[in-house]
Amino acid sequence: MRMVTLGLKSLMLHKLRSSLTTAGILFGVASVIAMLAVGEGASQETLDQYRAMGVSNVLIRSTKPEETQQTSSTSSSWSILGYGMTYAEADRIQNLLPQATVVRVREFQRGLMHGENWASKMIVGTEVAFLDVANLRIKEGRWLTELDQQHQANVCVLGASIAKALFPLENPLGQTVLAGVEDRFEVVGVLDTQGRAASPNGFTLDECVYVPMSSSRRRFGDVVRNPSTNRWESVELHEVKVKLPSSDQVEDAAAVLRFMLQPAHATKGDFEITVPLELLRQEEKQRRMFNLVLAVIASISLLVGGIGIMNVMLATVTERTREIGIRRALGAKKKHIVQQFLVEAGVLSALGGVVGVGLGLIVPEAITYWFGQKTSVMATHVILAFGISAAVGVVFGLYPAWRAANMDPVEALRHE
Amino acid sequence: MAAMDDRPVIAEFADVHRHYVMGKNVVKALNGVSVQVRKGDYLAIMGRSGSGKSTMLNILGGLDRPTSGAYRVGGRDVSKLNDDDLSDVRGREIGFIFQSFNLIPQLTVLENLEVPLFYQGRVGAESRKKAEYLAGRVGLSGRLEHKPMELSGGQQQRVAIARALMNDPLFLLADEATGNLDSNTEKEILDLFDDLRPDGVTIVIVTHNPKVAERADHTLWLKDGQVEKLVDNRAAARDGDAP
Ligand SMILES: Nc1ncnc2c1ncn2[C@@H]1O[C@H](COP(=O)(O)OP(=O)(O)OP(=O)(O)O)[C@@H](O)[C@H]1O
Ligand SMILES: [Mg+2]
Repeated sequence: MRMVTLGLKSLMLHKLRSSLTTAGILFGVASVIAMLAVGEGASQETLDQYRAMGVSNVLIRSTKPEETQQTSSTSSSWSILGYGMTYAEADRIQNLLPQATVVRVREFQRGLMHGENWASKMIVGTEVAFLDVANLRIKEGRWLTELDQQHQANVCVLGASIAKALFPLENPLGQTVLAGVEDRFEVVGVLDTQGRAASPNGFTLDECVYVPMSSSRRRFGDVVRNPSTNRWESVELHEVKVKLPSSDQVEDAAAVLRFMLQPAHATKGDFEITVPLELLRQEEKQRRMFNLVLAVIASISLLVGGIGIMNVMLATVTERTREIGIRRALGAKKKHIVQQFLVEAGVLSALGGVVGVGLGLIVPEAITYWFGQKTSVMATHVILAFGISAAVGVVFGLYPAWRAANMDPVEALRHE
Repeated sequence: MAAMDDRPVIAEFADVHRHYVMGKNVVKALNGVSVQVRKGDYLAIMGRSGSGKSTMLNILGGLDRPTSGAYRVGGRDVSKLNDDDLSDVRGREIGFIFQSFNLIPQLTVLENLEVPLFYQGRVGAESRKKAEYLAGRVGLSGRLEHKPMELSGGQQQRVAIARALMNDPLFLLADEATGNLDSNTEKEILDLFDDLRPDGVTIVIVTHNPKVAERADHTLWLKDGQVEKLVDNRAAARDGDAP
């Protein structure tokens, strides 16, 4: 402790020089912590996203074929563009993977209205198992049932945000929602807030209205006018979600599905298989890469800080040659001199470390506050950054301290 | 230093050589010096520039080692000790006083006084008491919290003398201790040395100044790295008084 206070005293001799050196370490530590926090935050967000998509799911989406998109303006707008997954294919998937849960999904963008309130969102026609496969929870009322399906019931379940938009004040249960110009659905349930990013159709799960698959077929048919291209499109199923009993089967299942679907869609390429687990793994791999890159950047910045410390310590040792001689004459051993200058270098960098940690905690907060970017400061990162900074001080202080200790006391005393 | 002297020998040179090899030349800074310093002695070392005074002092102080010959401190040959052990000898047995005071500028007077004990792990209430006592002894009580820069040259040298006494050394080594002081202050410091002598303090000083040397009991004259003569200043003074 005494060594530390004495070290501080010596550093106070050159306040500006000491603080500039400290700043090198400070910004190194702060930027490492902040960068890691931002990376961690972003990565956690995507990881959560992928986890919510279901790690034991395989998602097959119908996609519009590329070349038809380009020729759409020249070809007749009367012709119907048919593409994507079919009911028959969904059945074949179920037969091929009997242990899996297969959920069919149809999507229609419609103006939705209740009283004064109107919003253009997605109507999702789907099956009972959707709730479980998509990881949704009912907040109020109930979910769609087999009975609804059989009776092609005109009932719907609202996502959290569309419920808010259409029923800002009232309880939506038992009320009616008008879809398009003539289709009315009675609200039987409202979902919990999901908060996930938008799915490929451009809407979040919170913005959708869920109706029985059978009702949607009867009401809207299979041929839809695409509002963006103004063309008639025939898509039987927009998405097929396949949930496997466990996540280890996901990759095999995805391979089988690709193999099975490929022949029929070879020319159009009008489907896309997403495996959340693979995305999750990729993201994790990316995060490891990112962390590695960060570690390299951190090492470089701390190296620079360390060189600064070494520089200052060498200058200090030269300036205080006489002091070293005096101390040696008064009985200091080499190890005492080494200790003294190591402590000084350590104090210098630890000081930078402490302030750097402080700054490193504030910066992510500020980033979250100003840019809304999620950040996450991990205790291990803070400890790591601080530990490295202290170690840098010791390592880069070693050579100057060694130089100081090995001065000839007689020469040192003669030094002006 | 009479032959019948029964005071213990605390520092002894036995045929000490110190040679510097400069390329092909060998500078014989000390060339066979044998000297004994007994407890309570007050010895001045004089000689022309380059005669080997500083070299001798460095070896006496354990800052340097003889090329050959023995140097005994309190009966123990320290000429072959390793660096750590020699540091211990300096820290425990020797009190240094320098021409330019050599206080550590960023430390207070008290902290400066405690430095020698610090390296022996003896800093505490005890060392503080001792520092206070010695500060009083050299006439500087009440200045313990001052920085060296706030003191005059004479005062700084008093601090340095107190510091040299902190470890109860076998002897004090002073290198031109008054060289940076005006004649009044010089006299004060020399008076202080005289004051300390009844406590049994042994003093070895190197000086160019005959006035300083004649305050000592004996003067050792060096010439070309060898002892030219050892003068008993008291006898010389008596001889001078009665021609
Ligand atoms: N480190 C060294 N390397 C080589 N020669 C040295 C060294 N130190 C001293 N000498 C030589 O040894 C001789 C004695 O030097 P020393 O410093 O002991 O003399 P001195 O009596 O103290 O002189 P001064 O009165 O000028 O201080 C001189 O010739 C000097 O050049
Ligand atoms: Mg000299």
